[in-house]
Amino acid sequence: MECVFGMVGKGFALVVADSSAVNSILVHKSNEDKIMVLDSHKLMGASGEAGDRAQFTEYVQKNVALYQYRNGIPLTTKAAANFMRGELATALRKNPYMVNIVLAGYDKETGPSLYFIDYIATLHKVDKAAFGYGSYFALSMMDRHYHPDMTVDEAIKLADQCIEEIRSRLVVAPQNFIIKIVDQDGAREHSWRRTTKD
Amino acid sequence: MSIFEYNGSALVAMVGKNCFAIASDRRLGVQLQTIATDFQRIFKIHDKLFLGLSGLGSDAQTLHQRLVFRHKLYQLREERDMKPETFASLVSAMLYEKRFGPYFVQPVIAGLGEDDKPFICTMDSIGAKELAKDFVVAGTASESLYGACESMFKPDMDHEELFETISQALVSSIDRDCLSGWGGHVYIVTPTEVTERILKGRMD
Repeated sequence: MECVFGMVGKGFALVVADSSAVNSILVHKSNEDKIMVLDSHKLMGASGEAGDRAQFTEYVQKNVALYQYRNGIPLTTKAAANFMRGELATALRKNPYMVNIVLAGYDKETGPSLYFIDYIATLHKVDKAAFGYGSYFALSMMDRHYHPDMTVDEAIKLADQCIEEIRSRLVVAPQNFIIKIVDQDGAREHSWRRTTKD
Repeated sequence: MSIFEYNGSALVAMVGKNCFAIASDRRLGVQLQTIATDFQRIFKIHDKLFLGLSGLGSDAQTLHQRLVFRHKLYQLREERDMKPETFASLVSAMLYEKRFGPYFVQPVIAGLGEDDKPFICTMDSIGAKELAKDFVVAGTASESLYGACESMFKPDMDHEELFETISQALVSSIDRDCLSGWGGHVYIVTPTEVTERILKGRMD
């Protein structure tokens, strides 16, 4: 019952993910970090098959770094999103990665942006995105309360409302959530929302 | 559920007097869930050639990127734009290349050919071309679209009447299809200009 969601605010983008690593009925750990910091100004929240998630996110992170070393400038968020889509699309008919991604980034010229990339390599630039069973609650909550140019406090409050909804309405709700934010100062961890310590 | 119905789409192209119109819905869904209401299904290849891709969103994006690549190479080699008939043959060939592992798309091609004569065609997912003199449809709402277009279409409409007709046909058809909707995107192309309009229909 993994879930990842994200939204764009005024000058920043937020990604929230659950942090449970589950195998059938067993919770291996509940402090798994599923939001990878791709580079200084990009966040990649991923949900799906555990092995594919770890492999694919690391692969993308290293390739994004390689581009920067080779070319001296970092990839834009749009370029990184299209790179990911390309890799997923190429692998789709051979050995698909079962990973859904919410990519958040901040570019100096274009500001914050959020990209929805599902496991079949459908790419779309959005203001709010969510994956997993939690998406049924998170998207509806965001449809109701989201408006463009929210402040960080308003966005965190909305994220908390989404988490609250998931916790109360999803039958096997994840225990803990991690929130990461990216703005002009960079990508960083914002906070955790815990019900259990690990 | 069929893979063609995974994302939901509706596309229609119509011929008028020295002009053509191509229109699509704007919904991007994942089966029953709506992800976005501003998804682009119609792409400009050059000023007088438009391509609409219905079906699986991922394959539509892949095919669009490959076709833009092929067209840019053509432009470099031939030093001119591709004719719509040629482009249709290119799309057909590219789709048939994947005959036993196809792209899950149904393209709609609309353009102004030699002497600005309007050209429209559609094809199935393995490249079987269907040329038409009046209108072509594709997507999850195609059956409704066939009915709506057949009853509303008249030959030799000017661009304003064509816009009204294609808009009404699109909106009434997507209102009956749960997988497509959230407004419409209409392009009217005449030899001198391209007009792009967004339609507001039932937002559900």
